[in-house]
Amino acid sequence: MRLEYFQLIDRIVELDLRDQTIRTEARVPNESTIFEGHFPGYPLMPGVLLIEAMAQTAGWLVIGVTKFTRMPFFAALKEAKLRSFVSPGETLLLSAKLLHQGSGFAVAKAEIRCGDKLACNAEITFRLVEFPSPDFRANMEKMAAILEFPMGALAHG
Amino acid sequence: MMSSTFETVAGIIAETCDIPRETIKPESHAINDLGIDSLDFLDIAFAIDKAFGIKMPLEQWTQEVNDGKATTDQYFQLNNLCTRIDELVAAKSA
Repeated sequence: MRLEYFQLIDRIVELDLRDQTIRTEARVPNESTIFEGHFPGYPLMPGVLLIEAMAQTAGWLVIGVTKFTRMPFFAALKEAKLRSFVSPGETLLLSAKLLHQGSGFAVAKAEIRCGDKLACNAEITFRLVEFPSPDFRANMEKMAAILEFPMGALAHG
Repeated sequence: MMSSTFETVAGIIAETCDIPRETIKPESHAINDLGIDSLDFLDIAFAIDKAFGIKMPLEQWTQEVNDGKATTDQYFQLNNLCTRIDELVAAKSA
């Protein structure tokens, strides 16, 4: 992850449009100024950033399901549980499953595992809107390429 | 409209949106009178679907309103909403 660019996931591992699921992974950096404040001498990945990582994972799922026709914006968070501490250097395995899509919204449940341990989970709602501009969409496509988003899956899904 | 449908819907709205139950009337418009926005209405729709074992076609309703083919009154005034729910329940058991 590149915390300074608000990129919370490194790679899309699998996108399954039939099951409407996604798996991603991310490695928490060993060093970041964030850890100087959160907390001095006891660095922990902030819970709000874990939630953002789940939102980015679920968001790419929504982009896949809607075949890059809509941009999902974070709209609601429910039943978020931060179950265990996440430290610098840990590798996160993230996943999400779509629960609902329609009438301008999408709802997904998401979770993060560190090894066998469930680190956090939540239900996330997105507002779906048309891409604000061609540049915006182009930037998302660039990010998709960085994250190895499987564009080919859109044609078959 | 079945009065029990309204009671259930009013209860869901009161609980989901923290609106006093006594202010929710059959003639209330969910958006214009009760101030419910689309995000809250999504939760209400999920709860209604679960309570009645139906699937409200929210996407279709939204599209009809956006296209000018229907007014929001037809779907979001509670007595009309309850009639739509009764129709969906009847269609399910037909």
